[in-house]
Amino acid sequence: MSNLVLMTLLLMVMALAYQLGLTRSKRVAVTTNGTGFRMHSRPTYHGMLVAFWAVVPAAAIFAVWSLAQPGIINALVLAQLPPEFQPTTDTEQRILLRRLANLASGFGLTEEAADYELAAAAYLNQLHGIGRTLMTALMAAVAATALVLAWRRIEPHLRARNQMESIIRWLLIICSTVAILTTVGIVLSMLGEAFRFFTFVNPLDFFFGTTWNPRFSTVGTDGQTGFGMLPLLWGTLMIALIALAVAIPVGLMAAIYMAEYAPSKVRSTAKPIIEVLAGIPTIVYGFFALITVGPFLNQLGASFGLEIRTTSALTAGVVMGIMIIPFISSLSDDIITQVPKAMRDGSLGLGATKSETIRKVVLPAALPGIVGAILLAASRAIGETMIVVLAAGNSPVLTANPFEAVSTMTVTIVNQLTGDLDFASPQSLVAFALGLTLFVITLLLNVVALVIVRKYREQYE
Amino acid sequence: MTPSDSEQTKTQQPDLMDLAQKRDLMQQRVAASLKRRHASEKRFRLYGMAAVTVALSFVAILFITILSKGLPAFWQATLTLDVYFDPEIIEIDEKPVRQPGESDGAFQQRMLAWQTDLGFVNFNRIILNSLAEVLPEAPRYQRDAMRLVTSGERFGLRQLVEDNPAIVGQTLRLKLLADANVDVWLKGNIDRSLPDSQQQLSARTRAWADELAERGIIRNQFSTALFMNADSRSSLASAGLAGAFMGSLMMMLIVMFLAVPVGVASAIYLEEFAPKNRLTDLIEVNINNLAAVPSIVFGLLGASVFILWFKLPLSAPIVGGLVLSLMTLPTVIIATRSTLKAIPPSIRQAALGIGASKVQSVFHHVLPLAIPGILTGSILGVAQALGEAAPLLLIGMSSFVASVPGSPFDQSTALPVQIYLWQGNELRNFFEARTSAAIIVLLALMISLNALAIWLRRHFETRW
Amino acid sequence: MNTMQVSFGEKKDNAAQAEHAVKMSARDVKVFYGDNEALHGINMDILENEVIAFIGPSGCGKSTFLRCLNRMNDTIDTARVTGLVTLDGKDIYDRSLDVVQLRAQVGMVFQKPNPFPKSIFENIAYGPRLHGLVDNKRDLDEVVESSLRRAGLWDEVKDRLEAPGTGLSGGQQQRLCIARAIAVSPEVILMDEPCSALDPIATSIIEELIDELKGSYTIAIVTHNMQQAARVSDKTAFFHLGNLVELNDTREIFTNPQDSRTEDYITGRFG
Repeated sequence: MSNLVLMTLLLMVMALAYQLGLTRSKRVAVTTNGTGFRMHSRPTYHGMLVAFWAVVPAAAIFAVWSLAQPGIINALVLAQLPPEFQPTTDTEQRILLRRLANLASGFGLTEEAADYELAAAAYLNQLHGIGRTLMTALMAAVAATALVLAWRRIEPHLRARNQMESIIRWLLIICSTVAILTTVGIVLSMLGEAFRFFTFVNPLDFFFGTTWNPRFSTVGTDGQTGFGMLPLLWGTLMIALIALAVAIPVGLMAAIYMAEYAPSKVRSTAKPIIEVLAGIPTIVYGFFALITVGPFLNQLGASFGLEIRTTSALTAGVVMGIMIIPFISSLSDDIITQVPKAMRDGSLGLGATKSETIRKVVLPAALPGIVGAILLAASRAIGETMIVVLAAGNSPVLTANPFEAVSTMTVTIVNQLTGDLDFASPQSLVAFALGLTLFVITLLLNVVALVIVRKYREQYE
Repeated sequence: MTPSDSEQTKTQQPDLMDLAQKRDLMQQRVAASLKRRHASEKRFRLYGMAAVTVALSFVAILFITILSKGLPAFWQATLTLDVYFDPEIIEIDEKPVRQPGESDGAFQQRMLAWQTDLGFVNFNRIILNSLAEVLPEAPRYQRDAMRLVTSGERFGLRQLVEDNPAIVGQTLRLKLLADANVDVWLKGNIDRSLPDSQQQLSARTRAWADELAERGIIRNQFSTALFMNADSRSSLASAGLAGAFMGSLMMMLIVMFLAVPVGVASAIYLEEFAPKNRLTDLIEVNINNLAAVPSIVFGLLGASVFILWFKLPLSAPIVGGLVLSLMTLPTVIIATRSTLKAIPPSIRQAALGIGASKVQSVFHHVLPLAIPGILTGSILGVAQALGEAAPLLLIGMSSFVASVPGSPFDQSTALPVQIYLWQGNELRNFFEARTSAAIIVLLALMISLNALAIWLRRHFETRW
Repeated sequence: MNTMQVSFGEKKDNAAQAEHAVKMSARDVKVFYGDNEALHGINMDILENEVIAFIGPSGCGKSTFLRCLNRMNDTIDTARVTGLVTLDGKDIYDRSLDVVQLRAQVGMVFQKPNPFPKSIFENIAYGPRLHGLVDNKRDLDEVVESSLRRAGLWDEVKDRLEAPGTGLSGGQQQRLCIARAIAVSPEVILMDEPCSALDPIATSIIEELIDELKGSYTIAIVTHNMQQAARVSDKTAFFHLGNLVELNDTREIFTNPQDSRTEDYITGRFG
């Protein structure tokens, strides 16, 4: 019986349970009609309650069973294997299990299967069958029992609606803890792995080291060198600064023009078009940097006698700047339009020109909000990955020259965690230490930015 | 500024003559400043216009670059050949038919044996023979001739036979994709004056390609390979997006069925039910921050939690879907909350006023009104997840996968990751265009999703 | 007819004032918001160094007309003004006339006090700096002090000139705004319901201030409050539904209105 069938059956049970609950509550309602009692809840709530009890425990069994079964079965099958065929490494074991699964499902193998494999596959199939049957039986029993119990509880005093509503409320609460669990998960997993990393490498060496060259160190518990984060942090900051240098003037002036000067037609077309920039996947920007912006800057540099690498901090920074223009322009636009008209009138009434009003009254008033917008954009730039993976050149050296290739924290995370995933080596674990640092930096930027923006909003509300 | 007594008396009884003089002086000064100030006004306005123009032209350049590079890749050099399915080459038995009473395994076994037989058939020979029909010299220079057709086509022929063994002995007019290098050569994407040593194709193959193009046998035709095939490394001309598309589709479905319901439910709780206390404040701050956590951090979370702890398979859409769901969750929550916020309290009060419970007022009255907004926010969240590549790299989705995944637990890649993989291919001349084409497909999907969201908003959203 | 307790202050004494020259005049001024005509051809003369009050029910166009006098309506995209408005005989809507210069001559004080989010000193210094009226810090200090003195605010703020202007009380803020307007030595000051957001004590201080400024400045004040109009103004103009119904000496308007609508309004039958 496939999962799909099982799910369908469960749905059918749900519908049936609902109907049963509904009918019984209606009947109870009829019999109590003359006696002066009134049903506390509408029949639909009784139906829903019965349906809930009939399905949810069974579904929970299904979920737990499905998660646990493969591991148990695999362990049993492996235990059955003759000792000489026992896989010795993880990889071998994975390959063997895959072969067995293929054999068992009838897809077959490309070459002849060994006898012990056929036997194991048959055993696997048998276990699968038993597991399935047991699970289905258990589910059926639980569903039936719960259904009957819930059904028999139906009587006029039963507060079915209240019970159903508190069930709903609890479901909602559970859902809203997912977001918290995610944060907790991020923090715990990164802290855990980062601590493992720091058992290999001294945190001081990591945070203040100036060489990044983890490949050439030997794997061992001591003498780990080349894990200095500073070149990466500097690369990250340099690219983010270049990005801001591109995005702040363009984004801010565009926001000012749209908020203060542009006729409403221009505004209503240009604004969404500029916002398109925020929706384009960053991998596309990376590609764009690689094939258009990089070569363009390279040639531009050549015509001034400068050597600009095609993949460099400048290339990545410029393209990232393009990407964050809408973050700055949209938020600044909102903030500038929130500055009260009275403020503008006051200045214009004194004979200030429009630009004087903007520069001397509107912008200073909007400054906190704009700073918040810039910080948000900066945090976006620092955490951005794909553009720098493609366009920054991946060269983790400390250089002040933006025309050179650099590397960033995000690039390094990708480099260290793609390919072989050996979570025991500091070469992989360092990704989590970097990720933790990145998380903390962006978190701080965001908290500060959100506080500033919120303060600003309150000021004019 | 210590006020002197004399000044005080002066301001108390303003001298009218003095004031008039002062005004004249002031007016002169104002007049003198006007030219400079208007020039600066003009300049400032110009900067603004320039900034908008620059931003708009970035959008334009981006799209023009991608379109101009990518559109030609949808048309590929294709040979139209008469292919004779020679029974002497295709020496195989009848395709097995399931006997009554035969067990599943036994039939599979026989089918497998037949397929293995078919696998031994030299379909290259068949292609060579059909090439010989148009190029009599071809059999003498097999290697050069076979470089004309992309190597994947022999599997295409095998599939044709497998699907319908009756074609053996027949001659079919088929369209075969030319090799990627032939495509590059004919499209002029490689410098034709380069010496032989730097050319990917031999001089003879190049001459033949030109000749066949001249004779109309190789033509640039719209190719479905990009949409129908999975990625390939051996037959570059037929590498396609089908695998990546399927992977992305599965992940989008997971996001839709996980992030959207959970996000909407938590938004409803926070907005409608939650008491205002420390805990809900914390949740609120937490969600706002989660929305700004770099996507790669979610990838790290996925790698350590789903892969390291839960031992879920690497490169599987299920892991990708889970990671992207967590990433999209805050977007959905924030969008739903702002929709719920916009619904006037009078509606809730009206429902409560006629005796509905809190839950009833929310689910019967508030939620139906919020659905368009929730849908819009959810679609935008899904679109955002569709374009995300960084976290997927960390859960192994950047590995090469040559098949279309059949379930969320199979190895797979995703559209943005496929773009990442293709842009790094060594055959830049061919893959620059193909990557752009993949980007066009991705952008088209995202734009459709966004357009859908905008349409929903325009048609259903009520402004209060 | 209900009699109102209206005090005319000392204006009774100088009823026989010297003839004033015409400072501003309006001829057939119409204002459109989009297609909607908000003012239907206003004709008015405003005399130099006089206080004129515009009264009328809300939406009658009195504020709109006030904003025509220094072209503040320009800041509203949909607004369009036709007709002739002159300052010292020059058409202020003429192309050759610079709106910056006009507004330096015709200052404005708004309904809600709107100090800039800057220090008290910077608020006053804003206009002089903008127009390049002072050459050095000493002159600037002097302008700031004299403007604040004139607005009667100096003694209250002289010790905290660097404090933010938004930290002052409502009445002080409004006087700050008046001082800010005075700092550029305008000839005309337009006041758009300057006391509507203030408490009675702050209001009376502002009214005294207006009385003091009269004589040096031509003042046009829009007010909701008829007693205020009676207290501070020499002339009163009554607007109704976009028309100027009646313009006369304030005492005449309040004691002997010519038009029945004026009479109905000042006796409180509508408004």
